[in-house]
Amino acid sequence: MAEIYFDNGATTRVFPEVKEIMSEVMEIEYGNPSSMHLKGFHAEQYVNKSKEIIAKSLKVDPKDIYFTSGGTEANNMALIGAALAGRRTRRHIITTRIEHASIYNPLGFLEDEGFEVTYLPVDEKGIVLLDALKEALRPDTLMVSIMCVNNEIGSIMPIEEIGKIVKAYDPEILFHTDCIQAYGKLKLFPKKWKVDMLSVSGHKIHGPKGIGFIYIRNGVKIKPIIWGGNQQKGMRSGTENVPGIAGLGKAAEIIYTNHKEKMDTIRGVKEHFIERVVNEVENVKNNSGEAPHICSISFPGVRSEVLLHSLEDRGIYVSAGSACSSNKPEVSGTLRGIGLERDYYESTLRFSFSLYNTVEEADQCVEALKELVPVLRKYKRR
Amino acid sequence: MDYKAFLIKYAEIGLKGKNRYLFEDALVRQMQFNLEPVGDFLIRKESGRIFVEAQEEFDFDEALEALKRVFGISSICPIITEEDKDFEHIAAVVNEYMHERYDDYHFTFKVFCRRGDKHYPMESMEVAAAIGERILDEFEDIRVDVHKPDVKLTIEIRNKVYIYSDEIPGPGGMPVGTGGRAMLLLSGGIDSPVAGYMISKRGVSLEATYFHAPPYTSERAKQKVVDLAKLIAKYTGPIRLHVVNFTDIQLAIYEKCPHDELTIIMRRYMMKIAEHFAKESGCLALVTGESIGQVASQTLQSLYCTNEVCEMPVFRPCIGMDKQDIVEISEKINTYETSILPYEDCCTIFVAKHPVTKPRLDKIQKSERNLDDCIDQLMQEAIATEEVIKIHAN
Repeated sequence: MAEIYFDNGATTRVFPEVKEIMSEVMEIEYGNPSSMHLKGFHAEQYVNKSKEIIAKSLKVDPKDIYFTSGGTEANNMALIGAALAGRRTRRHIITTRIEHASIYNPLGFLEDEGFEVTYLPVDEKGIVLLDALKEALRPDTLMVSIMCVNNEIGSIMPIEEIGKIVKAYDPEILFHTDCIQAYGKLKLFPKKWKVDMLSVSGHKIHGPKGIGFIYIRNGVKIKPIIWGGNQQKGMRSGTENVPGIAGLGKAAEIIYTNHKEKMDTIRGVKEHFIERVVNEVENVKNNSGEAPHICSISFPGVRSEVLLHSLEDRGIYVSAGSACSSNKPEVSGTLRGIGLERDYYESTLRFSFSLYNTVEEADQCVEALKELVPVLRKYKRR
Repeated sequence: MDYKAFLIKYAEIGLKGKNRYLFEDALVRQMQFNLEPVGDFLIRKESGRIFVEAQEEFDFDEALEALKRVFGISSICPIITEEDKDFEHIAAVVNEYMHERYDDYHFTFKVFCRRGDKHYPMESMEVAAAIGERILDEFEDIRVDVHKPDVKLTIEIRNKVYIYSDEIPGPGGMPVGTGGRAMLLLSGGIDSPVAGYMISKRGVSLEATYFHAPPYTSERAKQKVVDLAKLIAKYTGPIRLHVVNFTDIQLAIYEKCPHDELTIIMRRYMMKIAEHFAKESGCLALVTGESIGQVASQTLQSLYCTNEVCEMPVFRPCIGMDKQDIVEISEKINTYETSILPYEDCCTIFVAKHPVTKPRLDKIQKSERNLDDCIDQLMQEAIATEEVIKIHAN
């Protein structure tokens, strides 16, 4: 049975070139970038090269890129690091109701440590209400953290406008954006958008797991959350994950080459899929936002896990809500945030696409849904 | 204290007559099996005792835990072993042991001596008295109490000398493999692993049957049952787990029978299928985790209805226990945390809001007639497509 992987929002298959450069580093250039000898220098070159590629993709200075163990660490570093540095004067943080757990849970920790957090509402499309943001800003606001692309429905936040609003109120307020679902999918302009910190994960863009980075604008005061041998200017100690960094750089390079065409391809699959599902499967609701790769559809009358496992039987892999939390059946914050009723949020699947997906695969998935949904609706819990 | 050996005492099997050696051999086999991942141990029988001697360095707690999982052991004594049987030597070793084993000596003690070696120049009573005197000489605060001593120091003189004063309770019961074989209906819940443990404690080896219902239950739910089987296999030895796809039977019942009877009817077919595999593999009984009144399908009326389909005896060791008692055992045998992982099992997915609590057998049988046209076929398919997983603890 051919496998159809429509869960690219959870993670992606690495590009063959990524695998290649990683084995090269692991087998040949396995030095420690901090070593003084040539072997170390060679390893360091891979790190610098990746930094350059990434900096170029964001139009920023390579010196402002710091590698982390992934998106979660990047988000933790931004929030906790800024809170540690600014806690004397400012103790208020603004975010939205539909952020990822790697934003929520560090903020919960900071609330326990005496910070106050405002959670902004979103409209029915999953876009933060800017009026609410304007009202929430206060003289003691330390930071605003708003995701760029929502991981469950793919809504895109107006990052540029948010940056303007925040900095117009007070240029000292830090603006962080979680770009884990946005990097590689959208063109990002942190400088132009007045973004101070930006988090990215490698494995969402066909890079390896266990690597990510954070952009921190020069001049932003944050404290490290990991201490040790002062690698990466002391901001993030620990021997650099050179294979991961090389792989991430390679993935970024590939994804941002002919970027528009690549995204048009993915968006083509997504739009074709949505159009067919909406027209050919009875009684569904499309919750998808504008991101090229994420599609969210509710199938009222079917429990999402059951539909997920039925598709899995046919080799089609999708997720229910957000994959990161789907092991514990919690109600999705995003789906409730956009005002879905229970029958809808309990029946929502996320289909997320990548360059490896085709229109034919989308068609196969539609056919499977057309068969399965009516049958499963018959066996609803009474 | 650096122990290198254990003396194992066993209770009930000491009572068995001429086939006692069968029980002892089964006990030794289980001990070998459980100690295998801990390290290299020599296990030998010697007149009503079993000795375990480490052949290499090992972790004491790990070995103790492994022995505590062997049914049939009544107590485990960490012992000092001495080759030299000379009295003066023994007395010196005893005092050294007392120094290392205890921190302060504000307690009472009594010395026991058993003399397996009848050629030994002193009698048991003499040895006990003389050793007692040496201890009194060495430790100022210590007192003798021959009626209710705090510490019972035992010296056994056999082909070697064994010294111990600790007796750690074992699990009791009978060695697995001495009591025949039974089929456990294993779900992902708290009760069925406990039921399996309790039956196995009486020496019964286990097979198990699990019913899954893809796509309504996931691979993770199945893995959870495999994990539970692995945990109880630490006590019961290897388990053959029969995994049965129950979806089509469940859907047929859902379509054709009154909804409030779904669970009872479902359980009746589960029992039938489990009994089929039980007969096939030489099991003599079925085992379930049911406890009276815990849920609608476990009222006496419901149990009566489910029981009716079986020819074999059905044992329900949790039958008279409260949930909390069952939870306590599951915590003790380390299955609780796995049992409460939140994956749906096939008993919960179609559950009615108000299932019957007092089903009548004739009514249930009448409802089942709605399945006459398909159920034999579906049962055969379910049986034919079973997957057998061999579960080993190690």
